[in-house]
Amino acid sequence: MIIAEGKPLVEVAGLIQEARKVLVVGCGGCVTVCLAGGEKETGILAAALRLLRQKEGNPLETVEVTLTRQCDPEYVDMLEKYVTDDVDAIVSLACGVGVQFLAERYNKWVVPALNTKFAGGTVEHGVWEERCGLCGECILYKTGGICPIIRCSKSILNGPCGGSQNGKCEVNPETPCAWQLIYDRMQALGKLDLLMEIQPPKDWSKSRDGGPRKVVREDVRLA
Amino acid sequence: MQDFEPKIIAFCCFYCAYSAADLAGSLRLQYPANIRVIEMPCSGKTDVRVLLEAFEDGADGVYVLGCMEGDCHFLKGNFRAKRRVHQAKKILDEIGIGGERLEMYNLSAAMGPRFAEIAREFTERIRKLGPSPLNKKYASANSTKAGEQE
Amino acid sequence: MKTESKLEKLLSQGHFVVSGEIGPPKHANPEGIKKHTALLKDYVDAMNLTDNQTAIVRLSSIAAGVHVLQAGGEPIIQMTVRDRNRIALQSDLLGAYSLGMRNVLCLSGDHQSFGNHPTAKNVHDVDSLQLIKIVKDLRDQKKFACGEELKGNEPRFFIGAAANPFADPFEFRVLRLEKKINAGADFIQTQCIFDMERFERFMAMVRERGLHKKAHIIAGVMPLKSAKAARYMQQSVAGMIVPDEIVNRMEKAADPKAEGVAICVEQIKHLKTIEGVAGVHIMAVMWEEIIPTIVQEAGLYPRPDAG
Repeated sequence: MIIAEGKPLVEVAGLIQEARKVLVVGCGGCVTVCLAGGEKETGILAAALRLLRQKEGNPLETVEVTLTRQCDPEYVDMLEKYVTDDVDAIVSLACGVGVQFLAERYNKWVVPALNTKFAGGTVEHGVWEERCGLCGECILYKTGGICPIIRCSKSILNGPCGGSQNGKCEVNPETPCAWQLIYDRMQALGKLDLLMEIQPPKDWSKSRDGGPRKVVREDVRLA
Repeated sequence: MQDFEPKIIAFCCFYCAYSAADLAGSLRLQYPANIRVIEMPCSGKTDVRVLLEAFEDGADGVYVLGCMEGDCHFLKGNFRAKRRVHQAKKILDEIGIGGERLEMYNLSAAMGPRFAEIAREFTERIRKLGPSPLNKKYASANSTKAGEQE
Repeated sequence: MKTESKLEKLLSQGHFVVSGEIGPPKHANPEGIKKHTALLKDYVDAMNLTDNQTAIVRLSSIAAGVHVLQAGGEPIIQMTVRDRNRIALQSDLLGAYSLGMRNVLCLSGDHQSFGNHPTAKNVHDVDSLQLIKIVKDLRDQKKFACGEELKGNEPRFFIGAAANPFADPFEFRVLRLEKKINAGADFIQTQCIFDMERFERFMAMVRERGLHKKAHIIAGVMPLKSAKAARYMQQSVAGMIVPDEIVNRMEKAADPKAEGVAICVEQIKHLKTIEGVAGVHIMAVMWEEIIPTIVQEAGLYPRPDAG
């Protein structure tokens, strides 16, 4: 899922300083699962914003809505009845995708309440880790199911570099060296010989470097 | 400030504090009338949003009472409450209301006197801090609101 | 001979080579580089020019190499893949060669979080191993990384790579060295050696796989200036092992600098006896002026004439 994290309250408040009435819009997708932008967090943010503005002597009216997903026009449309003339801004607690979908659909000032961090998973309740670099061409079959693109600080395809020590990355003693993990796994699987193959430079045009990407599936299109 | 009577909300776990409050009553222990008790099935029901909204609705102080650590009827509810109170304190600090207006205490159902003592302690703390910054500016508006609740 | 490199010539003639290192300055004045070159050129066979070492912005390694060349030294330009993509790397390779550079050392580069621009974006379009292959293909295939042919002169670099016997996983270090040699590395410069026992084990594995016959392995040494420096290297530098014994010696020494030189000279003398070690690389960071003393005391002066 997409992992996000709330922006500092004061920062969000600063983005809507001029507004008197805002829609605070949560998302029922990834950010609900990673406890950053679901119904609960939407309620907390709205309450905190109101409190802050009340303290400043500039009361704020909030309307809370949590959409099933903000990255899907079908659900984004459902916000329409709340987007009244007196709404000055929309605060989105979705990832960057949701923020943009709201901005594309509604002629209002839309601001993000979260920082979108990475594609990852829950390693324990309250702890999320990055796992996928969204590079557009998966090579996990070459590395024992451990991604060097995103889990190695230098995205090395022929690792590990000289900074790997005691299983940790030189960048942060808390971070496991992805290439140590790959080595251990390949050894356990009896496939160390695969690591002797020189991996050629990656085709980054399949990644963000090729410009904004698009996936089209003709078989499922309706029009 | 002498005649400032703080409004304090005490969120009480049914299994400890709520019974302790009963016990305090039975023992005829005196404690400040500033405390408004709200029963919860467990302190684990504590919700950051509700804590914040208590301030929004005019509280000068809020505290959560849960069971002694390790004695939660639902095993870990009081630990969760502790973390959420901590998070809400941070938000209150950010807003400028002050995290010290929110607290979490642990006690058991048998601690009637402790219940009264916490009520006195906390009321005294809030009395010293003075009215919530929200209530200072909007004393009239909030008193109306609070009056409606009573 | 694959190239016009003086370093290659000396190595192929079987000389035990000595290389040094010059850290380019954090400003635009080349006088320090020229001064160090004049000081070192008779004592080392080639000089590495670091490429924004520890991710701190410095005068570029290629420009520094030009100053070294003009002052009569043999430059080895270091090239990291941290700051440049394959377009910039190849462009700089062509440019460096046109300016007279003949040796290049291909590196990953320290992560930018260690340097003075920790908020920079890193590149890592290719890794150090892929860079080795790119330099080799430019030279031997006359082809760019994309496969397109060079229509004019190809850059003919003597290709260097780094090896760190002190990083983990230890068993894979030799295999990765082999990968680098397979990719095209002609010479190898190792991380500073303090743990001689581990380095000997490494070299035994190198010989077992015959790697010392496929590439010239130049062992890295570093004279320590103080006990504090020794402890810092021991505790704070990733991929470095400094045995307590060395730290203790530095702590007990009446004259730590002299002791640092003595340790370094002992290490060089010992390295000379290890089969498969083709030379030493002296990394005297911020202490370049000590290199002549070390070279002399290690019995490596005068340096051979490449003719």
